[in-house]
Amino acid sequence: MTHSPSLNHRLNSASAATADVGRARYASQLGLLGLVLLASMGLSLGLGSFHTSFREILHALAAPQDSDIAFIVWELRLPRLLLAVLVGAALAVAGAILQGMVRNPLASPDVIGITSGAALAAVTFLALAGTTLSIHWLPAAALIGALIAALLVFLVAWKGSVSPSRLVLVGIGLSAAMGALTTLLIVISDDAAAMTAYVWLTGSLYATQWQDVLGMLPWLLVALPLCLAHARHMDAMALGDAVAQGLGVNLLRSRLVLMACSVALAGAAVAFAGGLSFVGLVAPHIASRLVGRGFARLVPAAALVGALIVLYADLLGRVAFLPKDLPAGIFVSGVGAPFFVYLLHRTRDRRY
Amino acid sequence: MPSTPAKPSRLTGQALRAGYDSRRVLDGVDLTVTEGQLTVLLGPNGSGKSTLLKTLARTLTPSAGRVFLDGQDIHRRNTREVAQRLGILPQGPSAPEGLTVRQLVGMGRFPHQRLWRQDADQDARAIREAMAYADVTDFAERSVDALSGGQRQRCWIAMVLAQETDLILLDEPTTFLDLKVQVDLLELLVRLAHDKGRTLLVVLHDLNLAAAYADILVMMRQGRIEHSGPPDTVFTSIHLKQVFDLDAHVIRDPHTQRLLCVPSLTGTTPVSQIAPGVAHG
Repeated sequence: MTHSPSLNHRLNSASAATADVGRARYASQLGLLGLVLLASMGLSLGLGSFHTSFREILHALAAPQDSDIAFIVWELRLPRLLLAVLVGAALAVAGAILQGMVRNPLASPDVIGITSGAALAAVTFLALAGTTLSIHWLPAAALIGALIAALLVFLVAWKGSVSPSRLVLVGIGLSAAMGALTTLLIVISDDAAAMTAYVWLTGSLYATQWQDVLGMLPWLLVALPLCLAHARHMDAMALGDAVAQGLGVNLLRSRLVLMACSVALAGAAVAFAGGLSFVGLVAPHIASRLVGRGFARLVPAAALVGALIVLYADLLGRVAFLPKDLPAGIFVSGVGAPFFVYLLHRTRDRRY
Repeated sequence: MPSTPAKPSRLTGQALRAGYDSRRVLDGVDLTVTEGQLTVLLGPNGSGKSTLLKTLARTLTPSAGRVFLDGQDIHRRNTREVAQRLGILPQGPSAPEGLTVRQLVGMGRFPHQRLWRQDADQDARAIREAMAYADVTDFAERSVDALSGGQRQRCWIAMVLAQETDLILLDEPTTFLDLKVQVDLLELLVRLAHDKGRTLLVVLHDLNLAAAYADILVMMRQGRIEHSGPPDTVFTSIHLKQVFDLDAHVIRDPHTQRLLCVPSLTGTTPVSQIAPGVAHG
């Protein structure tokens, strides 16, 4: 199997060239997504129930102290759109992790009980403590609920090791049970609490404050680098447990780290924005259509796509039915549900 | 084949017992894998071949006994360091949809890569050489799942080769492939052992191919090693009867001098006693 030196050289430079082309193409795709996101953020900042011109917005951003609309821009719109971006990115990455780990394209943060755990905790909080404690504690309660639910799913599914398929089955079962409890609590609580709970369950970014943005940010800052550091592990695990073990992947440790990232991201996102987890299903798929294989490539692209989806869902909710401010979750599901059906249709002949 | 002075074995199993749940599959197995040779594990279904391979590759933990890699207990070593010395290809691996051959082969570099230390040139060279050796360079940019069974298996072997380990363990790499493809693969494995000095331990199903290509045959039955040695001493009709419950003659191929087994049909008259013409009736 020897090639002449010149042929060998040609082969080398050819393969190097394809790799470079792939990298350049990926960089340009990611750059484009980033630009689209920035432009969309600018658009979102400029649109709302109160008409503002582009120049006024720039002026308010640059010199808030002598702008009439500084409050609208800095305290109403900016934190809200930033949270939309962070929540969308977090849910998308959480979904990408789960889909990769379970090796099933239909997995999302719902399936391991994160959303339903957060929902149950949030509704319990509203029903029991809604009148005594400030609503600002709702995200904390929801986050604790998400983490407890994920832990519970893990413990029940544990059998000497974690099998992803067992995890999903247990997750779906526990989700159903927690969903029933959530419904029960809504039915027996008073109307005001039930209404708040319902909006929360749909997923809304209404009345986002800077402290929400600052509460969400650390989760991404910790989980994203950790997740990227384990991207090769994920790629190896995609070849099957036995192959991954042979390549030197510590299956249990890698799974625990990646799962913890997914739970933290999805739990925090759901805590601050409610039931938007459909993003976690849809965004990774759109991203993988754009950038192809490789988890390290998928994660940033999925994060950008997820951010765009939630940003536009919230923008639609804010301006499409003025003067009503509708929950972003309506539009996320409005886009997500048809896509879900399309996905099922496309994959029904495959081995899944 | 000139016999070279035997190098000390790097991979040995001692008094191995292993199984799944309560079912014991290995029942006290000792095996020393000979360096630079192609060792083939043979045995009927359920005899423990794959279990032994997995235990030696540390992907299955034995309930008793120990596996030593370079003198250290393999199950206590850092799994990534083991993967730099020992590669294993499990039975019937499947690649995710859309993964290209180059990407798959590139995964073989996993144990050599660290976040803070990646030698891109060395990785590229190893991938290129592995693809060339397994002859998959021509379809490097195609999806693995779109290839034929034989091409796909060569890609997986290229992945293990890119791992650049001295020890290579393969679990039924030729199952479900055409005979010609099986032969090509086995010749590739023989070259790896004899030309490149790699140590191979391979589970095979086909008796004649095993006898033809193995340097050392290990015959297993009911979780124990029954016979072990060069095909000339191990591949006999008595052993085939004892291990496989197979009535067969072992003959020598006049062209290659390799051993072959020909199953004799029980309850029928030997062919030599059938009158000419009757067989066509």
